Amino acid sequence: MIPGAVDKEVEERIDRTYELPDDLYIPPDALIVILEAFEGPLDLLLYLIKRKNLDILDIPVAEVTDQYMAYIDLMTSLRVELAGDYLVMAATLAELKSRMLLPRPSDSEEEEDPRAELVRRLLEYEVFQHAAEQIDELPRLERDVFPAALLRPDHLIQADPPGVELRELLAAFSEVLERVRLRKPHAVETESLSVRERMTQLLDRLADTGGYVAFFDLFSPAEKRQGAVVTLLALLELLRDGLVNVVQHGFHQPIYVTHAASRA
Amino acid sequence: MNESPDIKQAIESLLFVAEDPLSKEQLLNLLRDSELDVDSGDLAQRVTAALAALQGDCRDRAYELIEVGSGYRFQVRGEHNKWIAKLLLHKPRRYSRALLETLALIAYRQPITRGEIEQVRGVAVSSHTMRTLMDRGWVRELGVKDLPGRPMMYGTTPAFLDYFSLRSLEELPPLRDIAESGSAAVGDESATDQD
Repeated sequence: MIPGAVDKEVEERIDRTYELPDDLYIPPDALIVILEAFEGPLDLLLYLIKRKNLDILDIPVAEVTDQYMAYIDLMTSLRVELAGDYLVMAATLAELKSRMLLPRPSDSEEEEDPRAELVRRLLEYEVFQHAAEQIDELPRLERDVFPAALLRPDHLIQADPPGVELRELLAAFSEVLERVRLRKPHAVETESLSVRERMTQLLDRLADTGGYVAFFDLFSPAEKRQGAVVTLLALLELLRDGLVNVVQHGFHQPIYVTHAASRA
Repeated sequence: MNESPDIKQAIESLLFVAEDPLSKEQLLNLLRDSELDVDSGDLAQRVTAALAALQGDCRDRAYELIEVGSGYRFQVRGEHNKWIAKLLLHKPRRYSRALLETLALIAYRQPITRGEIEQVRGVAVSSHTMRTLMDRGWVRELGVKDLPGRPMMYGTTPAFLDYFSLRSLEELPPLRDIAESGSAAVGDESATDQD
């Protein structure tokens, strides 16, 4: 087979797939696309057989092999990196071709046709090629089927975290004070801390975090006892106004504080 | 079963709000401890009846109640798809032949290993294809096969059935007979023209 004939076949395939006008020039690079359009050597082989209207059960091995090789040569000359599977098939075909050329023994009834295995594979592959097409045609979501839905009421979704006993909060606070006590003051600097101001700071902090902040993290030992008290008072004020929530998932579990708005 | 408008509407609301189809069992569990004063055996019957009634109610609506692999869902009737296509604008995703063939082999031949898929297709299965199938939730690992190398076996999921509007794997289109396939390839030019 001459390379020109291959070009023509390729054009035919492009033609059929994309319905391009006859006089359109196909640049050689496009051939790469063609090869990618084949799903491997079996697909290419099936295509060659069908295109020539050959009997799949009685494949003229010599003819098919020549055509297959012509494709492979073409791709190689275009420096297309062929998957190894294509080359394995080339070797299989070459072997078949040579075996077909050998005279068959007269008592050939016992012996299997050397093409049998290849034919079996081609037929099996064809079955699944067809099955893939059928799956593609099934009515499917996003293309043919659109589920009907209503907007879900979001506020129902989240279960409320358990509340915190006030004494738990105070017990945690005494721990804060203990931590403060352990830290020795090294500089004297009076700083007037207002509960109002601290409330705003806490809210800002919780809003920034957007989630849960551990109770202990709200306190800064550097602020000493006075700072800790102010923070606690601010927290209790916020709690009373319903601006923050305090949760604890069980007795002696860590306590977390969250912005009331962030849970909505 | 005409005394169960409450159960019918409860099911209707659940199916409309659920993101995925709900099975009869899920519906039963959701309805069991509600105020609906019925014992569970009776409840199962009433859920079945209510689903049938809902299906009937949809007759003059733009949507229908359909059963798929993992349960029931409301979906828009196919005849309205052209309007929906206008609304959604985006083109539905196309799946490559490599992906569809691999999916077909997994669907019809499960449990199947990658090697077995490659034997039929005559070409290596790309990890991208497998990843897409797993990411879409259509394919799952079923465990390793007791062979040298202990290859993983794959099968389809209920989400696969849901996506392709199938109730079970039995509803997959029947595989073409190999003999039939062979004869179709002979002297049948139209067979190649369909792609």
